[in-house]
Amino acid sequence: MTTTVRAVSEGTGTPYTLSHLDALESEAVHIFREVAGEFERPVILFSGGKDSIVMLHLALKAFAPAAVPFSLLHVDTGHNFPEVIEYRDRTVAEHNLRLHVASVQDYIDRGVLKERSDGTRNPLQTVPLTETIQSEKFDAVFGGGRRDEEKARAKERVFSLRDEFSQWDPRRQRPELWQLYNGRHAPGEHVRVFPLSNWTELDVWQYIARERIELPEIYFAHERDVFRRAGMWLTAGEWGGPKEGETVERRLIRYRTVGDMSCTGAVDSDAVTLEQVITEIAASRLTERGATRADDKLSEAAMEDRKREGYF
Amino acid sequence: MTTTAELSATTLLRFATAGSVDDGKSTLVGRLLHDSKSVLTDQLEAVERASASRGQEGPDLALLTDGLRAEREQGITIDVAYRYFATAKRRFILADTPGHVQYTRNMVTGASTAELTVILVDARNGVVEQTRRHAAIAALLRVPHVVLAVNKMDLVAYEEKVFAGIAEEFTAYATELGVPEVTAIPISALAGDNVVEPSAHMDWYGGPTVLEHLETVPVSHDLAHCHARLPVQYVIRPQTAEHPDYRGYAGQIAAGTFRVGDPVTVLPSGRATKVAGIDVLGRPVDVAYTPQSVTLLLEDDIDISRGDLIVPSKDAPATTQDIEATVCHVADQPLTVGHRVLLKHGTRTVKAIVKDIPSRLTLDDLSLHPHPGQLVANDIGRVKVRTAEPLPVDSYADSRRTGSFILIDPSDGTTLTAGMVGESFASPEPVKDDSEDDGWDF
Repeated sequence: MTTTVRAVSEGTGTPYTLSHLDALESEAVHIFREVAGEFERPVILFSGGKDSIVMLHLALKAFAPAAVPFSLLHVDTGHNFPEVIEYRDRTVAEHNLRLHVASVQDYIDRGVLKERSDGTRNPLQTVPLTETIQSEKFDAVFGGGRRDEEKARAKERVFSLRDEFSQWDPRRQRPELWQLYNGRHAPGEHVRVFPLSNWTELDVWQYIARERIELPEIYFAHERDVFRRAGMWLTAGEWGGPKEGETVERRLIRYRTVGDMSCTGAVDSDAVTLEQVITEIAASRLTERGATRADDKLSEAAMEDRKREGYF
Repeated sequence: MTTTAELSATTLLRFATAGSVDDGKSTLVGRLLHDSKSVLTDQLEAVERASASRGQEGPDLALLTDGLRAEREQGITIDVAYRYFATAKRRFILADTPGHVQYTRNMVTGASTAELTVILVDARNGVVEQTRRHAAIAALLRVPHVVLAVNKMDLVAYEEKVFAGIAEEFTAYATELGVPEVTAIPISALAGDNVVEPSAHMDWYGGPTVLEHLETVPVSHDLAHCHARLPVQYVIRPQTAEHPDYRGYAGQIAAGTFRVGDPVTVLPSGRATKVAGIDVLGRPVDVAYTPQSVTLLLEDDIDISRGDLIVPSKDAPATTQDIEATVCHVADQPLTVGHRVLLKHGTRTVKAIVKDIPSRLTLDDLSLHPHPGQLVANDIGRVKVRTAEPLPVDSYADSRRTGSFILIDPSDGTTLTAGMVGESFASPEPVKDDSEDDGWDF
C-alpha cells in the first residue's frame, strides 16, 4: 500500500488540496469571523510588528468589501521605534481605522508604574493593557501570538479566557474541539483570541511575501548605532543604553521582531528584500525569541509567568 | 530548513500522538523535531542546560515538549501542546497529547482536528489496555489514518516476530472498531531507527519510516462524495456608495464543494435559491471547496443570518430537535440527565436539555454500562439531547465538522461535553486483498 500512497500524493495532490498558506489563511479568517459574530466589542492589538500587521491584513480580507468591524489597540511603551509609529499612523489613516493607545509613559508619569532598573518596559505593558481592556469594555482581544514562539505559548488556546484581572490560568482553559470555539465569558472577563496560533515565523514571512504586505523598514537591513548587551545588539538611544562599559558601533543589522527598544535585539544581516529575509530565516539556527528577546532569557518559565499576569 | 525546495512545502498535515506513560512518546516527538532539524540551537541549548541541572547525561529530548512549570516539576504533560515542523514535502501541525488515563479529553481534543494519529506501544509490552483506549478514541473520532509505532525495538533485539505479533493483534482490534487504515512501523525512538532515517537493524522491514509516511499520506478527501455544507458565520453588508447593495454570506466551507449556479437551500428556514457568485477572500471563483473561507452571493434576497446552514438543495440534511450522539465529557463538573445546557453546532448556539444518558462506554473492553445517571470528566457515553430549535445535523461518520457539537454550561460558560452525532463506531471494512503490499500495512 505504501507504493499506492506515494503515487496518489505525488506533487501537490488533487486540485482540491489547499497549500499550507491558504489553509492557514482560511483558518485565521474563520477565527476573525467567529469573533465578529459572537462578541460585542472586539479589538486588535496592533504594535506595528509583523505579526500584528499580518493580523490586520487578514481582518481586512475577512470582511471585504465592508470595513473591519474592530478597532485597534496599541500599548505604547514610550520606547518605540519611530519608523514603527510612523507606519502605525499611516496604516490607521489609510484604512480609516480607529486606534486606541495605552501609554506606559503615562503610567510612569502618574507614578502608577515604576521604571525598572534594567530599563526594560516590556513587562510594564501588562497594567496599561489590562486597564484599557476594562475601561473600554473590550470583550475579545486579538493578539498575534504564535504557538511556535515559546513553549508556554504551545499550550495556548485559540480562544483564551482571561479573568477580570486579565490573568491566564492554564488549568481553566477550555478544550478546543473541531472548529467549535467557545467564547462565553462573564461580565468583566474577556477572551484573548490568537488567529495566528498555528503559523510559524517562516509562514508569516512567506505570507507577507505572497500578499506583498508592506512592513516598517526596520525589518530590513540598515546601518544603525548599536551596542552589545546579553549577547544581542541593542539600539543606542535615550531609553537607557548604552551603560558604562558598553561601546557603541555602527553595524549593518535588521530586526526579526519589533518590541520595546530596550529589550529587542537586532541581528547582523544584509537582507534588504523579503526574499533575502526569508532565505536568512530559513537558514537561521536560532528562534526569533532566542535571537532577539532579552526578557525571555530570564528563566525557563519567563513567558509562562508573564502570561499568567495578563501579558499578551 | 535550508533549501529552496523546503521553502515551497505546500500541503499541511495535522496529526496527533498518543501513548502510555513510558512508551517513549516524548522521545519520538523530540526525535521527529530534532532529526527534521526543526529544533534550533537556542532551544537545544536550553534542553541541554535543563538536562544537566537534573543530573541527566546528554540532552533529554522529552524536555523539548514539556511546556509549563507544573509539568516540569511533576515530570508529566497536563495538556495538549501543539508543535510545528516542516520538511521538503510538507508542513506539520502535531497535537502532542499526554497518555495518562485521566486525560482522555486531551486525546479527544487532539484527535478532533487530526487527519492521522500515531499510537505508540512498547515492543516489550505489546498491546495493553491503554493501547486499546487510544485505538478506540481514534475510531470514535473517525481519524482517517492510524499509525501504530512499535517502539523500543532495540530492547527486543529488533525481532521481526515480536513486531509482527503486535501489529497483527492491534490491526485486528482497530479494524473491528472500523478504523479504515492502519500502518504499523517498527521503531526505536531513542536510537532513531525508522523515525526519520531507515533502520540499519531491521532489514526485514520494507515499509516507510514514520516521517516518510507522514510526508506521503494523502491529506485530501474524495470531495465528490462529501455533502457540501456552509455554516454562515457573518453577513457582509458594506452599505457604501461603492457597494450599496452588496450582501454576502461569509463562512468556512465545512465539507464538500460549492459551484456558481448550484441550487442551494438555507436551513433551518428551508428557503431555496441559487449561488450567484463565490468570493474567496477578494478573488471571484467558479468553484470553492473545504476548508476555504469564502463569501457566497445568492440570487435571491432572502433572510439569512449567522447560524444558518447553506446546503445543496438536492442534498439537504433533515433538521431535528432530538439528537442522539456519542460524547466525551471534558469538564470537571458532571453531566446529568435533565441538565440544561447550550449546544453549539456549526455557527449556531441553541438551548438544549440532556434527556437521557442511555449508556457509558468503557474504552478498555468496549463494554456498555446502561443508565449511568451521569458522566464525569473523561467518560465516553451515549446521550440524547432535545434542542429548543431544529438543527440540521449530519451524522459524524459522514461529516466530522457538521456532525459534531459541544455542550456549554450556560451559567459559567464551561465547555462540558464534545458530541458526535450518530453511531459510535463504523462497521468494519470488508477485508481487502493486500497481496500487492510491499510494506507492513495490515
